[in-house]
Amino acid sequence: MTPSQRRWVFLVAGGGFLAFYLWGLVGLPGFGHYPGPYGDIINAIAVSQTHATAVVSAVNFEYRAFDTLGEEFILFTAATGVATVLRHLREERDTSAMDEAMNRDVPATSDAIRMVTLAFIGPTIVVGWYLTSHAQTSPSGGFQGGIVLATAFVLVYLAGQFIVFKRLSPVALTDAIEAIGAGSFAAVGIAALALGAAYLSNILPLGSTPGAVNSAGTIPLISFFVGIEVSAAFILIIGELLEQTLIVREGNR
Amino acid sequence: MSIFPFIVVAWVLAVGLYGIITSRHLVHQIVCLIVVQSSTYILLLGVGYRTGAVAPYFYDIPPNTPAVDPVVQALALTDVVVEAAVTALLLAFAVQAHKRFGTLDPEELRQLQG
Amino acid sequence: MDSLLPLAVAIPLLGAAGISALTPLFGNRRRVLDAVAILTAAAVTGLLVTIMLSTADGQRVYWFAGFTPSHGVALGIDFAVDQLNSGLAALTATLVTAALMFSWRYFERVASYYHALMLVFLAGMVGFCLTGDVFNLFVWFELMGVAAYALTAYRPEERGPIQGALNFAITNSVGAYFSLSGIGLIYGRTGALNMAQIGQAITGHRPDGLVVVAFVLILMGLLTKASIVPFHFWLADAHAVAPTPVCVLFSGVMVELGLYGIARVYWSMFGAGLGHQGAITAVLLALGTATAVVGALFCFRQRHLKRLLAFSTINHAGLFLIGIALLTPLGLTGAAVYVIGHGLVKAALFLCVGIVLHRLRSVNETTLHGRGRRLPVTGVVFGLAALALADLPPFALYLGAGWIGQSGDARELPWITAVIVTTSVLVGAAVLRVAGGVFYGLGDPPSEEPAMAEEASEESSETDTAKSRTPLSMIVPPIALVALALAVGLLPHLGELAQDGAVRFQDQAAYNATVLAGAHIAHPTALLGPEDTSVTTTDVVTGVGTAVASLVLALMALYWRRLPVLRRGFEPGTGLVGPIRRFQSGVVNDYVTWMVVGLACIGGALAFAIR
Repeated sequence: MTPSQRRWVFLVAGGGFLAFYLWGLVGLPGFGHYPGPYGDIINAIAVSQTHATAVVSAVNFEYRAFDTLGEEFILFTAATGVATVLRHLREERDTSAMDEAMNRDVPATSDAIRMVTLAFIGPTIVVGWYLTSHAQTSPSGGFQGGIVLATAFVLVYLAGQFIVFKRLSPVALTDAIEAIGAGSFAAVGIAALALGAAYLSNILPLGSTPGAVNSAGTIPLISFFVGIEVSAAFILIIGELLEQTLIVREGNR
Repeated sequence: MSIFPFIVVAWVLAVGLYGIITSRHLVHQIVCLIVVQSSTYILLLGVGYRTGAVAPYFYDIPPNTPAVDPVVQALALTDVVVEAAVTALLLAFAVQAHKRFGTLDPEELRQLQG
Repeated sequence: MDSLLPLAVAIPLLGAAGISALTPLFGNRRRVLDAVAILTAAAVTGLLVTIMLSTADGQRVYWFAGFTPSHGVALGIDFAVDQLNSGLAALTATLVTAALMFSWRYFERVASYYHALMLVFLAGMVGFCLTGDVFNLFVWFELMGVAAYALTAYRPEERGPIQGALNFAITNSVGAYFSLSGIGLIYGRTGALNMAQIGQAITGHRPDGLVVVAFVLILMGLLTKASIVPFHFWLADAHAVAPTPVCVLFSGVMVELGLYGIARVYWSMFGAGLGHQGAITAVLLALGTATAVVGALFCFRQRHLKRLLAFSTINHAGLFLIGIALLTPLGLTGAAVYVIGHGLVKAALFLCVGIVLHRLRSVNETTLHGRGRRLPVTGVVFGLAALALADLPPFALYLGAGWIGQSGDARELPWITAVIVTTSVLVGAAVLRVAGGVFYGLGDPPSEEPAMAEEASEESSETDTAKSRTPLSMIVPPIALVALALAVGLLPHLGELAQDGAVRFQDQAAYNATVLAGAHIAHPTALLGPEDTSVTTTDVVTGVGTAVASLVLALMALYWRRLPVLRRGFEPGTGLVGPIRRFQSGVVNDYVTWMVVGLACIGGALAFAIR
């Protein structure tokens, strides 16, 4: 199809689709009228059953932890896939970006930028760790914390230290750490099986006070492994994509 | 007005599809795919919303306070991670496509036909 | 016993993570990684066969984290396992094991990424089969998708794999997001994600727009995965470029999982609530027939062996959908047996093509003509598998085809048998033409198609330098798979066993009671009454007839230029080249356009029927 044919076909078919979808959407109970029962029951029982005051985390890491396991492995697979697709191929040769722009000076990162980004690294790690370890109490958890932890590494790059960034996170090691995070999540489930409980059951003591950091049993543990997995996966993905822009690899066009 | 957020859901989905279909640049096309997926976030969070209810976090409020649905929020979180993963992989494909074909126009990728 | 169920997913996931984690230690000793991967897949196969055998007396339900439903409301996620879905999962694990064994010598320089991706792919497919929760279904759908996209692009140094992976990933992602929209809609109505609970909530009400739209949207991702026309374009692109052992899984099970998903979503969620069986049968039959015809025509014209097999898979996907569309126990029985037979045989065919590629460094039928005589064993296996694909008894496929046809006759749709036989003859003839031409040098080489030749020539880099003889690790898996297809076809009481499974699969009330109330139902009730599954003379005669007709047509194609009649200036199938290249354009924008067109047509048809 030519682009204009495509556009006309879409305007007709897409119009039909839009009408069809709206026909379904008007059947919803109306915005602001959630009918339940799933969420209401979870809201009613989650705090006393899991001792987590963050009910979304209770759903993610306990009631529907099996979804989260699959999702962790989606991220693991995507990172592995990025590493596969962008791996160093045998016929490629590396030239640094400097050689490409022969007669131009690459501007050095200014000291001001370097100062500010390096100063942010410490606080970023603290915030990332805080988020990862407080899944059970407040809106946070391994995903959010993992992403923030990954940004700490990106700050190293922003400070103009790509070589340091790569040295801090070599691909094979990052991939291994990521695999340990994802695999430990799956292993927490196996541990429950070994104790005679169902897969991914909350087998650890729940703690006496809901809302305390040391409460909610396996929820903070799973959140911790998720945090490792997410941060390593994103460091790997960002590193691989950055490398493509910084090191020019001549392929066979 | 209670249907309005759901009209946005359908509109965002249709706009994203239009973008994918008319796109002449792979990175743009991938971003349009994210737009399509964004419509599912609005839908999920929309169907779980309850007027006047609080967020489902009971750290400093009594446990029986009416709250919105926590399940859709968990689903949306899963959905976001899926999106990040798929986008990362697609962008890696786009990087390689640019190396192999010398272009990012999906119309110009003509290795496979028939 | 029940604790085996989560292990079927947890073991391959742990295997994948373990391989990635151990790579820095074992990076140079690839055989260790190979062995771990093969052992993991073999263990999962054994596990799933055990699980399948344990489901004979009733469905098994497993609640993750121990959250059993209270008062009919599911709090967690469940695996709901019956004969059909555990059988499909066992087939998946078998093919993954065969593909990994084949890879032992196929790639000499393979990174550990390959093993990890294959095991994650396995876990995703098994989870997809066994789950009873519709959002969980979406999660496993995405997991197997992401693993499959990455495996398609396993050779990023070539153009084809990158384009194939892009087309595959974008079309399937669009389909998945349609499905997720449907899940969101039905959740907004029922407040449930468990399939049984959703089914119970919508049963007994008049189906309105929301239910119809949710059903159609959820089908979108599954139809795309199942490569049903007009959602099928990605398949030929992905198959043509993915490494051959990966194609085994794409054709052998991944496409079939899409069809399984359609059946699961219909019979566990929407069947009772939607009603209007006539309209649903009509729509699915139309889609299935179009798919079968398009796949067969395009298949016959191909010269690129992997593409040829890919279009044959599209044809079979259409036939399976016809079996499901009848909504009868016998139709589903036929589809299930057909899927198993086809999975084993198609896998063997792809592995043989892999051997050809490894030894002769080409997948182009024209240039390969006669060169396969150096591979006598491969030639025999390929020929047998080709005959099996053309429904030759006693390989399992003729039973599936026969039962679908019988069930069509019983519903006064006698043309279904005609569709099955004609398209099977075309596909069988195409594959037998390859067998005769490539492996036995019969007739003349087919005329060259320059563009296709260019694409086919790129394939040679997939595998490493060949040895002078085919390694045992490459020839044993296809032999074993063909033997297995034969064994399944000869299994006594296969029909009764499979129909038991089909009846249970279709009994939505029993499914609801088992999942939500923990009931044990030993004897499910059939919706339409089970039919006779004894192997009739008609089945055998039709099967033999199809195989013979395929053989004749294949010989005609090979000796076309020497035939005394009708030969001047006309070659069969030449008229198709233009349309094929116009539709199968390789541009993903076109593919997504066709998906929207398909969605609008299916939606419109069901909207007018059910409104």
